[in-house]
Amino acid sequence: MLLAIDSSAGTSVAVVDRAYGVLAEASVDDNMRHAEVVGELIEAVLRESGAVVSALAAVAVGVGPGPFTGLRVGMAAARTFALAAGIPLLGVVSHDAIALGAYGGEGWGELLVTTDARRRELYWSRYEGLDSLGLPRRAAGPALARPDEIPSAPRRIDATAVSAASLGLLAERVRASGRAAEPIEPLYLRSPDVTLAVPKRVTS
Amino acid sequence: MSAPLVLGIETSCDETGVGIVRGRELLANVISSSMEEHARYGGVVPEVAARAHLEAIEPALRQALETAGIGFGDLDALAVTAGPGLAGALMVGVGAAKGLATATGLPLYGVNHLVGHVGADLLRPPGEEPSPPLDEPTIALLVSGGHTSLLLVRDLVTDVELLGETIDDAAGEAFDKVARILGLPYPGGPEIDRAAVGGDPAAIRFPRGLTQQKDLDRHRYDFSFSGLKTAVARWVERARDEGRPVPVADVAAGFREAVAEVLLTKAVAACVDSGVPRLLLGGGVVANARVRALAEERCAAAGIALRVPPLSLCTDNGAMIAAVGAGLVTAGRPPSGLSFGADSTLPVTDVAVR
Ligand SMILES: [Zn+2]
Repeated sequence: MLLAIDSSAGTSVAVVDRAYGVLAEASVDDNMRHAEVVGELIEAVLRESGAVVSALAAVAVGVGPGPFTGLRVGMAAARTFALAAGIPLLGVVSHDAIALGAYGGEGWGELLVTTDARRRELYWSRYEGLDSLGLPRRAAGPALARPDEIPSAPRRIDATAVSAASLGLLAERVRASGRAAEPIEPLYLRSPDVTLAVPKRVTS
Repeated sequence: MSAPLVLGIETSCDETGVGIVRGRELLANVISSSMEEHARYGGVVPEVAARAHLEAIEPALRQALETAGIGFGDLDALAVTAGPGLAGALMVGVGAAKGLATATGLPLYGVNHLVGHVGADLLRPPGEEPSPPLDEPTIALLVSGGHTSLLLVRDLVTDVELLGETIDDAAGEAFDKVARILGLPYPGGPEIDRAAVGGDPAAIRFPRGLTQQKDLDRHRYDFSFSGLKTAVARWVERARDEGRPVPVADVAAGFREAVAEVLLTKAVAACVDSGVPRLLLGGGVVANARVRALAEERCAAAGIALRVPPLSLCTDNGAMIAAVGAGLVTAGRPPSGLSFGADSTLPVTDVAVR
């Protein structure tokens, strides 16, 4: 059983179990209120699932890509929750969770996933079905591009939300497979927006 | 009840701070700064600071627990800076604190950063004599790269009043900008301090913002450093245009004198006006030798008792946030719950958020 958190779009939290599936999921789509809602959502899914912290085997966290400010809130909460609970933290590319949800149980075929990167750009990833472990096979991405630069695909999902339940189920499959999880580094895909300060004259 | 064991998290600017206190006893004060990453930009870049907080928070937590020799299970409460500060930076701390609170079930207090600077005075580093209790009321002058505030503290956890603050740049920001004008590196405070050695503070008289009678009516306890910075820039540009060498030591000393004088004149006036013969300094600018010396001089002359926490507790840190948290627990105040957010403009009257 594990706790899953994603804040790469809105904020989504779930408790999932490999054998019993999704035990609880709670989400807030508002993409400006991550810091306000993340604690209550965690508390809500623990209560609803009846899971005690000591029964959790790991925390899964969406590492993005996603707008930075919100993404960091979920990642910070997941890191400290795992630290305090003394359990491992597993990174999951948030697009992979979207792809898993889109493919369902026995997905195949090419799939393009995009999410909003703001500033008239999109994050995108391209998938080629599920592998033998039931994990989405990411063929390209995640990457950042203008809408007109994104490759076409027979099937495309422009997602506005990421389900922590899908993310958690994906992490459970990765864990069961013994495959290494993704590194727990935020996928910003953009450098901090800074310009070097040039001293300006104040007198003309 | 024995003194509460509280862990505090601070991420309002460029320092990731985690502190642990038992009441007023300081057990750990871990600070991880992203200052060097900002140096090439000449000031704190919010996105760079926020990214660094996420990287630093877990190692800082581990190190603080190790230093204090405790585990999460030993704690009585958690505290985190809820504001004021940089929104994206604050949110990392708030998210981290909520992860801890939900994993441990500990009560969580969202604390005011400025009140934290006052709370720092309650603490002393390990091995040092515990400080006498904070005499209330006290006037507090908090000066850093992010804020310049004058407070009347009647009770640390229930009654803090903002008397005045900067209406433009923070004093520390002015140091950074003037350092850049003089071609000195970031952060400007220590550089200006070094450059001013041997300079004549009276050689160039720079303006003292908001000290003339017409300004005092409206801004008796407010500060302004933007005009001062421009005056320095003008003076230096003129000298360069005329092909004269810039007397860096005199410019630095004259600028520093103007800042120190305005800060202390207003702080002492606040003490006298309120009939409170106590002044507490806080914030990174306290490290400035001239500011400290003038504070001692002016307070001695006016019969004001001056308190300056050790420098490691004056700059932003998590221990000061934990100290306020411990004060709130001891006073029996309810925790903030889990639904508060980061408030970049949190008023100082809100010691803890609800
Ligand atoms: Zn501060």
